[in-house]
Amino acid sequence: MHVVSFREALNQAMDEEMARDERVLLMGEEVAQYNGAYKVSQGLFAKWGPRRIIDTPIAEEGFAGIGIGAAMAGLRPIVEFMTWNFSLVAYDQIANHAAKMLSMSGGHFSVPMVFRGPGGAARNLGATHSQALESIYAHIPGLKVVMPSNPYDGKGLLKSAIRDDNPIVFIESEMMYGDKGEIPEGEYTVPIGVGNVIQEGADVTIVSWSKVLQRFTIPAVQQLKEEGISVELIDPRTIKPMDRDLIVNSVRKTNRLVVVEEGWPFAGVGAQIAFEVQHRAFDDLDAPIARVTQEDVPLPYASNLERASLPSVDKIVKAVHSVLYRG
Amino acid sequence: MSKKPAPAAESASRTLGLPKETLLAWYDDMLLVRRFEEKAAQLYGMGRIGGFCHLYNGQEAISTGACAVLTPDDYIITAYRDHGLAISRGVDPKACMAELLGKYTGTTKGKGGSMHFFDREKNFLGGHAIVGSHVPIGAGVGFAIKYKGQQNVILVFMGDGATNIGAFFEALGLAQLWKLPVVFIIENNRYSMGTSVTRSSPVEDLYKKALAFDMRWDVVDGMNVLEVYQKVKQAADIAKKDYLPSLLEIRTYRYRGHSMSDPIHGHYRTKEEVEEQKRSDPITLFASILQEEGLADESYFESVEKRVKKVVEDCVTFADQSPEPPLEELWKDVYLP
Repeated sequence: MHVVSFREALNQAMDEEMARDERVLLMGEEVAQYNGAYKVSQGLFAKWGPRRIIDTPIAEEGFAGIGIGAAMAGLRPIVEFMTWNFSLVAYDQIANHAAKMLSMSGGHFSVPMVFRGPGGAARNLGATHSQALESIYAHIPGLKVVMPSNPYDGKGLLKSAIRDDNPIVFIESEMMYGDKGEIPEGEYTVPIGVGNVIQEGADVTIVSWSKVLQRFTIPAVQQLKEEGISVELIDPRTIKPMDRDLIVNSVRKTNRLVVVEEGWPFAGVGAQIAFEVQHRAFDDLDAPIARVTQEDVPLPYASNLERASLPSVDKIVKAVHSVLYRG
Repeated sequence: MSKKPAPAAESASRTLGLPKETLLAWYDDMLLVRRFEEKAAQLYGMGRIGGFCHLYNGQEAISTGACAVLTPDDYIITAYRDHGLAISRGVDPKACMAELLGKYTGTTKGKGGSMHFFDREKNFLGGHAIVGSHVPIGAGVGFAIKYKGQQNVILVFMGDGATNIGAFFEALGLAQLWKLPVVFIIENNRYSMGTSVTRSSPVEDLYKKALAFDMRWDVVDGMNVLEVYQKVKQAADIAKKDYLPSLLEIRTYRYRGHSMSDPIHGHYRTKEEVEEQKRSDPITLFASILQEEGLADESYFESVEKRVKKVVEDCVTFADQSPEPPLEELWKDVYLP
């Protein structure tokens, strides 16, 4: 094992898959000569050259569509969005075309490609640059949505995503690119659709993913431990397909559930998890399911308002107390 | 001109030196598309075809002339008015008719319908119904052709209305920036649904939209199958040889309403205009050329009419006798394993 940053782990995944498969290429804004807006593609242009590491103009709909067409004609493109916020101008391409091509063509054409980049809030970036958009992608049949929370999963899942024959929405976080973690020296992958029990526990299940898992949920779990509350912490790692059995079975054991996510509450991913659990484990629940989400407002710039809107350690602790009928 | 060419050479040049059997096959193809669409209109009127159904009547010279340029390894992608292009590309018309009737034997097993014909074997990449969205996808196929170092081309068809949407401009910009082997083809039938080009585009000469990108362009008489063939071939040859895109504005006219649920004439155009346009019908025009060049006569045209009628009848019989998609098909083709 050795320690790498999240961005190095993602970089290794792309580099290794490009070495493994001639059809794999990376395109996006500033990915080549600039080495990536967040340096995730550092060194790849120098190594692979302009044929396979391709700078695009600011034309998300255009280059997302180019990726789809290239995938239909036999390539396996990775399309980077500088942030997922900018994917909204390409949403038509992803939701109407990448997602539907296989079905609408009756199986004639698949779209084996990865759309990737950072999502969610960073700091003081304002409403349009801070969005956690996983629910609007997970809603569309035909897409898979992957959200790793650490370098190990990041590398293993990105390799699986590149090899997958379906269009993948792969959401990272610019706040996590510097996070360090251990990965093996050699080749490994992490399967899409398989969640991870980060910590076993007896009193309550928390499901959380990506940046809020690392920044808020894990510290909250530590605090709860000091209070004598034993949390079973699950990182689904893939939003769609969700590892539903893992979550349901955990709740059957702990009888309580809190879902922590960065997205907005209405029709969010947590709402779907809550439905699934009440549907399949209704008699096992000892308390209504609680959710911690971003407040249902566009995210403001001012630091105090931004903090007030996003999930926090305090909000998570309070939610856990509520399902345990404490405080 | 100092010397008049010999009549034989003049004839040959009028028909581009193409062999008789090629030209006659084009006539057959144009008539098949016309009669197929007339049958589709009839079946739609009977309530046997659902949803939206956009017919190709009047534009047949484009599908026939353009598809004649392509080799089997070349590609084609278009919008929702896709029946004619699919048939001219060689997609089985029986499968096309079965698709319209929502049958399992259809081009996409009944999942796409009229607007979404696909055929991997024919490199026919759809059939797309969000106006202009497929234009970057077509450019992406050009990207793949160049990436793989192949000597092929993709023809990307769209209507005049698509030239007002952002995806069109992004695709043209990227294709020219990256020198992709793409021929963008505007089938300018003068109306996007009920809005004329004059009311929707600040420039009526749509080819001028290539000028912003320094892209090669041409204007084509879409009623003349020979001119369509010749000019699409020029653009395709350049795409294949030099990896350079072109924008062709092919001027045509649609006889029917925008879709079967829209009026043929009314607020947006007059009945007289439609009738006037039909006087320069592409099939009639091509028939007169074939006749004048001594390549076909009335009895030939009658025999084609009979043959095509039978083909279309067989399409309907095939579609009628085909099963609906089985219910378990609902869950198939959503994800690959």
